Amino acid sequence: MTASSTHVAKRHLLEAKGVTKRFGAVEALTGVNFEVDAGEIVALVGDNGAGKSTLIKSIAGIQPGEEGQYFFAGDEVSIRSPLDATQLGIATVYQDLALCDNLDVVANLFLGREEIEHGPQSALLTLNEVDMEARALELLASLSVTTLRSVRTEVGSLSGGQRQSVAIARSLLGDPKVLILDEPTAALGVAQTHQVLELVKRLRERGLGVIYISHNISDIFDVADRVIVLRLGRRVATFRTSAATPNEVVAAITGSRLTATVPQAGSEATT
Amino acid sequence: MTTATPTPPVAASAPDVPETPRPTLTMRLAQLGSLRVAFVLALIWIIFQAENDRFLTSFNLTNLVLQIAAVGTISVGVVLILLLGEIDLSVGAVSGLAAAVMAVLNVKHGWGPVPSICAGLATGAVIGLLNGLFVTRFGIPSFVVTLAGLLAWQGALLQVLGSTGTVNLSDPTITGLTDTFYGDVFGWVMVVLVVGAYAASGYLERVRRARAGLPPPNLAAFLTRLAFVAIGTIASVLVLTSDRGIPLAGLILVGLCAIFVFLMTRTVFGRHVFAVGGNAEGSRRAGIRVTRLRIIVFTLASTLAAAGGMLAAARLQAVNQSSGGSDLLLLAIAGPVIAGTSLFGGRGSVWHALLGALVIGSISNGMDLLALESSVKFMITGGVLLIAVVIDAVIKTQRERAGARR
Repeated sequence: MTASSTHVAKRHLLEAKGVTKRFGAVEALTGVNFEVDAGEIVALVGDNGAGKSTLIKSIAGIQPGEEGQYFFAGDEVSIRSPLDATQLGIATVYQDLALCDNLDVVANLFLGREEIEHGPQSALLTLNEVDMEARALELLASLSVTTLRSVRTEVGSLSGGQRQSVAIARSLLGDPKVLILDEPTAALGVAQTHQVLELVKRLRERGLGVIYISHNISDIFDVADRVIVLRLGRRVATFRTSAATPNEVVAAITGSRLTATVPQAGSEATT
Repeated sequence: MTTATPTPPVAASAPDVPETPRPTLTMRLAQLGSLRVAFVLALIWIIFQAENDRFLTSFNLTNLVLQIAAVGTISVGVVLILLLGEIDLSVGAVSGLAAAVMAVLNVKHGWGPVPSICAGLATGAVIGLLNGLFVTRFGIPSFVVTLAGLLAWQGALLQVLGSTGTVNLSDPTITGLTDTFYGDVFGWVMVVLVVGAYAASGYLERVRRARAGLPPPNLAAFLTRLAFVAIGTIASVLVLTSDRGIPLAGLILVGLCAIFVFLMTRTVFGRHVFAVGGNAEGSRRAGIRVTRLRIIVFTLASTLAAAGGMLAAARLQAVNQSSGGSDLLLLAIAGPVIAGTSLFGGRGSVWHALLGALVIGSISNGMDLLALESSVKFMITGGVLLIAVVIDAVIKTQRERAGARR
């Protein structure tokens, strides 16, 4: 379904070829190819146990696959640890966000990469709050995250959508090229989901390659350019959202033959 | 497979949470922060003064400062541990052991006062290092590790003291820790320095923020805090100098508080302690070296406990078998908790060590003046602690309810 002929000429931002991962006798991934371009949102879908997480963890270097080649901007690279992935410019926002509820937005954004005062105070590793706050405001403004009343608000008192926005913004501080989002809207209501999806679209405008894991078909058709379907550890289908229907995607996920009417799927897609 | 109707994946539909939680009474209490404790303290003082007019005399208040210096110093370390979301039940026993080491070296082995004190501090540091290693390397809860320490170090105290059981201290440098007072001139220089430094740092912050194009901090709030600092220091100096003078022990406690407040609020180290207390796994993923941080904090806490133990010994002018025992441990933990440092980690302030020690010390001192029996004293102190912990727990639930649920 993808225009595979163009692949020869085009260098993908990130490409994985033939990724295979075994857990004992179980083959969690079997020769999976995966690619994402700059300024593209690729949705990665599949039923539970299809291998989405395993594939993501191999790309993020958390659980490297046994076999497989990785290419970054056309060059073959090795991703054997989270550090490798980070240095290449691959950032991941996990579902649990890993925010500190007791710290404010600025402190969370800069956690682990705090800015230090210059001059004699630098010996004590004194925090440069002014610079951090200014950069935080700049970053959030560039992402049009405008619902925060103050960047000095404790993250614990923010809404789910705001927390997700903070987590995504934090991952951008490392200036990544590829961003992996693991079910960013899973626990959000309608308005907050919309807020996060708009943010994801702005990431595409910034030229990032976004890998978007989701179970929500309507969200996927809202933001993604392409949909890659995994089933039982294999890549079984690829769709362009502009040229596919939600029914087709659902059918590929479940492995059922595409029937003319799939009532629930249809109603889900129109909501 | 083919016959099953594909169930569409549906996003979990969590209800939308309101963006602004309605401030409840407990939320307001939470926002009051340290001010809440200041009110409680004022209330306690008014009650005791009404019952016995010797309570608010400069003589008694100077005694109060001397009484709380040791437990307050131990509490500074306890705050660091609590912020990390851990507990250290061995601080009392460690304070006694460190004091015993200092006393025995000084009295029985003829060491000078400064080397003896350093050896006491080193004893604390080594024990803290051990605590940290056991907690991090073997993954044993700090509650259990330090509970074992509580017993073991009490045994070590008896061992170090030997058959005599009591070592009397007469070295003027050591007893001088709680027996040295500074006069008017020193006091007013301190007032000028403290208030000046506070005002200057506030002014510099405004200038820097303005230069970076950031909104200025709330001027009224800053001026209020500045006024509190000025009134507090001036009143302290006036009261203390009208009696024996400004006690060195009090300066040590306040100085340690100031140093650790700076460390915890203005440096990367402190930021990381708060972060680990808030979300240890998230902090680890953000690249914070959590294990190293835990070991450092346990080491600092035990070292501060050792310092507190030596202050207590200096005041008693002796170390005996009950040094560091009795209710010292519980009061050292209760103080910061009463003042609002959370037992659940990530929330609190080093100032709570001082405030909490003042609250507990005032209750104890006041009840002594009223010649109440220790049965009553224990029950009242316990009641105050319980109320404080209940407030902490209620605030925590409120905050969780107000914050977005995942």
